[in-house]
Amino acid sequence: MSEVVVFLGPVLAAMLTAATPLLFAALGELVVEKSGVLNLGVEGMMLAGAVIGFMVAASTGSSTLGFVAAAVAGLAMGALFGVLTLGLLANQVATGLALTLFGVGLSALVGQGWVGRPIQDVPELRIPGLTDLPVIGPALFGQDALVYLGLAMVPAVHWFLFSTRAGLVLRAVGENHAAAHALGYKVVRIRFLAVLFGGAMSGIAGAYLSLDYTPMWAENMTAGRGWIALALVVFSTWKPGRVLLGAWLFGGVTIAQLHVQGHGFAVPSQLLSMLPYLATILVLVAISRDVARIRLNAPACLGKVFHPDG
Amino acid sequence: MASPTPRLDLRGITKRFPGCLANDHVDLALLPGEIHALLGENGAGKSTLVKIIYGVQHADSGTLHWEGREVTISDPHAARRLGIGMVFQHFSLFDTLTVAENIALGIEDKATSLKDLSVRIRAVSERYGLALDPDRHVFDLSVGERQRVEIVRCLLQDPRLLIMDEPTSVLTPQEVGRLFETLRRLAAEGCTILYISHKLEEIRALCDRATVLRGGKVVATCDPRKETARSLAEMMIGTSLSTPERAAAAVTGAPRLEVRHLSTTTDVPFATELKDVSLEVRAGEILGIAGVAGNGQAELMAALSGETLIGDETAVLIEGRPVGHLGPRARRELGLAFVPEERLGRGAVPELSLSENALLSGYAREPLVRSGIVHFGRARSYAERIIDLFNVVTHGHKAEARSLSGGNLQKFIIGREILQRPKLLIVGQPTWGVDAGAAAAIHQALIDLARGGTAVLVISQDLDELFVLCDRISVLFHGRLSPSTPSHQTTVEQIGLLMGGLFGGSGEDEGEIGRVA
Amino acid sequence: MSLLRLEPRGQASRAMVYLTPVLAVALTLASGFLLFLALGFDPVKALHAFFIQPISTARGLGELIVKATPLVLIGVGLAIGFRANVWNIGAEGQLTLGAIVGGGIGLAFYGDGGWWVLPLMVLGGVAGGMLWAAIPAWLKLRFNASEILTSLMLTYVALLLLNYLINGPYRDPEGFAFPESRMFEPDATLPHLIQGTRVHLGSLFALLAVAGGWVLMSRTFIGFQIRVIGLTPAAAGYAGFNEKRIVWLTLLLSGGLAGLAGLGEVAGPIGQITPSISPGYGFTAIIVAFLGRLHPVGILLAGLLMALSFIGGEAAQIALGLPKAITGVFQGMLLFFLLACDVLIRYRVRLGARRVAA
Repeated sequence: MSEVVVFLGPVLAAMLTAATPLLFAALGELVVEKSGVLNLGVEGMMLAGAVIGFMVAASTGSSTLGFVAAAVAGLAMGALFGVLTLGLLANQVATGLALTLFGVGLSALVGQGWVGRPIQDVPELRIPGLTDLPVIGPALFGQDALVYLGLAMVPAVHWFLFSTRAGLVLRAVGENHAAAHALGYKVVRIRFLAVLFGGAMSGIAGAYLSLDYTPMWAENMTAGRGWIALALVVFSTWKPGRVLLGAWLFGGVTIAQLHVQGHGFAVPSQLLSMLPYLATILVLVAISRDVARIRLNAPACLGKVFHPDG
Repeated sequence: MASPTPRLDLRGITKRFPGCLANDHVDLALLPGEIHALLGENGAGKSTLVKIIYGVQHADSGTLHWEGREVTISDPHAARRLGIGMVFQHFSLFDTLTVAENIALGIEDKATSLKDLSVRIRAVSERYGLALDPDRHVFDLSVGERQRVEIVRCLLQDPRLLIMDEPTSVLTPQEVGRLFETLRRLAAEGCTILYISHKLEEIRALCDRATVLRGGKVVATCDPRKETARSLAEMMIGTSLSTPERAAAAVTGAPRLEVRHLSTTTDVPFATELKDVSLEVRAGEILGIAGVAGNGQAELMAALSGETLIGDETAVLIEGRPVGHLGPRARRELGLAFVPEERLGRGAVPELSLSENALLSGYAREPLVRSGIVHFGRARSYAERIIDLFNVVTHGHKAEARSLSGGNLQKFIIGREILQRPKLLIVGQPTWGVDAGAAAAIHQALIDLARGGTAVLVISQDLDELFVLCDRISVLFHGRLSPSTPSHQTTVEQIGLLMGGLFGGSGEDEGEIGRVA
Repeated sequence: MSLLRLEPRGQASRAMVYLTPVLAVALTLASGFLLFLALGFDPVKALHAFFIQPISTARGLGELIVKATPLVLIGVGLAIGFRANVWNIGAEGQLTLGAIVGGGIGLAFYGDGGWWVLPLMVLGGVAGGMLWAAIPAWLKLRFNASEILTSLMLTYVALLLLNYLINGPYRDPEGFAFPESRMFEPDATLPHLIQGTRVHLGSLFALLAVAGGWVLMSRTFIGFQIRVIGLTPAAAGYAGFNEKRIVWLTLLLSGGLAGLAGLGEVAGPIGQITPSISPGYGFTAIIVAFLGRLHPVGILLAGLLMALSFIGGEAAQIALGLPKAITGVFQGMLLFFLLACDVLIRYRVRLGARRVAA
């Protein structure tokens, strides 16, 4: 029993932390896609956030400032995407790819001198008493602030999308941009704001990796998490609650394979490291095969170019 | 009539688009409580003018006066705040949102909760006899119900000017009657109604005054009740109309197309399932299929063209051969030609040239491809032949399909299919959104084709068109097809009742009507 | 946005199709000038070191061709897919599989080979790439799964697989546990084409791919079907084109060419299998495809330009101590500028806000 407690507690805790960056990035992208825009540049925006967040936190000693800077960096990358796709009507798929390629290069360039430098942890927000509960105590209440912020974002995004007028307008724009325009809604402006939000969320997701999870800066350190976040949005069928489920699933797979590696099983580590990517393909397949469900839930204007005069 | 202050007075409205002058110094005064028709052909500038009134577009010059006061309508929010409501031709609704959410998006009152709004929706819809359930999703509604959503959305704001853009093109004659009652009642309460249409009989039945647009200019203002449909049409077109000549019911030959007990299932949302559809088209005759959009037309077209395959291959036969399992290419090779309802985006690729669009369906029956290599020279001369024979107005075979007007593109597509000498031609909405000149030419071409021995099947919502063209007419409703009636033995009213679902004696269908009504 | 306004053109501008890549390159150079200035380098010197100096020798030109070879091979394949709206972005993984399978054949016959080993390796490379691209094709057609995400996920899997093999079965038994394979024997190495350079047979394959791609896209009926499917899927269904066949064809073709490129790297300039066979050719080829206007001849030119950004980055690193990552920044910027300029093909830019009725 006690052995199980010793094993399970840290596993649960690690799962929550591994899920956090995916949660931020996927929730951001979910809002973007609900407005009818497909931004494949999540990975690039995360890298920008990771490097800028790390640099600012390391220079100022304040991880809060680091996260704010990361959000701004992600937002700036989102703005770039928005200007190209919404202002200049560029193809969203191509622009998203460009944003990722650009983010990889830019973050590597900017972060050159910062590779391998240490940084102290974010001061953890602890809830006295509860932390001392066995098994679930440290897992549920011993995490740092960002983990809770990420969890809080799930109901917040849900509330925004489905209970506020602004959320209704955003969904309407993603569903039928021509009709929204005819009713007088500023399609481009609404989408731009959504893209900025998605950028900021990706930036925070990246900074969580470089400031809390690792914590250090390395080139390409996101290792495909931006793409996994994109897959999670499809998996969630555009529902915030299911994003949380998906993020935990991936957190679980990631941590499970790390633990198996750590316990010295005879399986080569590279093959175990494939698991999160293979799991992504698996859930994507499982959810996409239900065409009717995707059609009912996917924003009808996703990825389509909008110009008021046609 | 003493001249009260007009509710809305447009003076010298001009709007230019690249390559066309949509509105040229248009003057229009709308009086309180009148039902005013705005009449004109497709492309005459009606839609642009009402979009300017509703703030969707802005005039290059000219002024708008609202109840005697000059105003600038910067966007639809401003229009709604003045008291202008609009029911769009292509509904401005959101399929996956509920009725209440759709209505919330179209009103200016941002404080009301959806719950309170639902109560108000029920009250207004009861008052005007427009039954609506606020909690249903729009994709679940019939076309008539969707229009009701738009109307109730306007009524909730106590409009003083209601714009209706081609509101009846998707309704059955009986639904049109109910709509007119509502409009008359609104006008009696003092609301001004601007009614846009090209259906002349309707305008004569409903409107107090009519303004006729042609080529972006006001060419006449009249009392439609004192005009005939013919005189109104001549004002609209500017020349006298030629009605297509129809040969006396030709001698019909062997069946070219037979459909036997065709049923389809679908797991796609918003689609209609076909239920036990049977029909037959013989060489030399034209069969018409009437019905309100969304009753299975798209599914029937796809099942006949081969875009969806059918499990039972004998459900569709071309010249007695089972083809249910064959795709479009194989069916074309057997002599089927096909004109889809969606011209740009299905019948033609917008970004490709006319030559390339000639190749799109021409490859199956014309010698345009040899051992996998395209003969572009032949595709070009094929396109030029179509352009010549069908009077397609364009600057040549290199023009992109999207640069053609609706009527000219339709002439090109119909020409492309007819020149393949088909044994069987299926046409969806042959003249939807096409100007009168092109429509007459298209009708004549279809009649000539049938007289030459081809079997023709026309699927259309336009009953006038079906009565001009067809030897027999059937009606599609909720995926079921009525037996056909010779068109000289039936009337628009009878077909209209069938379009509303009144098939003889089928209790199940009556249940469904109960829901619609 | 209120000062600039976009007005649709009636017809796409042919001139702009060719002009916008040139404009994008010019804007990238101008931004590079500013970037170098900001980083504290003499911009003229830096640009010279980056773009001129590396190709001022015959050997440098040879390197340009060596680097352009995989980019052009992959770019041609990707472009054909992009035309059909098939977004294979996992070419890096397919390249890796080409190297694993084709290179594996070379290692398997180490010591008892013959002339036939090399052709077998080439076939193996193509087959490996095809195999890796067949997975997203099958998942897309059978389960409706987005090929964008599946092909990318498979890239990570492929890189981990390579890493595993190079630390296990493929490792050089005499290599002191260094994660590298043996050097290939001469029978298993692509012959050089030009004396004094590393230009190898793979470059000839790239030229063949350009010619073949051009014939396919502009002369054959399959090419026409690919274009129609990409532009208007509903019209392709109406015409009776088999969309599934086109998805298979484009993914297998692009995967096969990427696999060939991977084999070309290990059996060409590298000469063995190492953990890093590609500096991201599979991703850069996406830029190459767009910059080349998805047209094979354009891709040839774009491939050379992008190859220059790779060797320029290396040269600038050596000459000025510039970080190597600057290559990626240049590549990303170029694609951004191109996408931004492309608006000019279908729209005119007008100055001045839309006038409101006065």
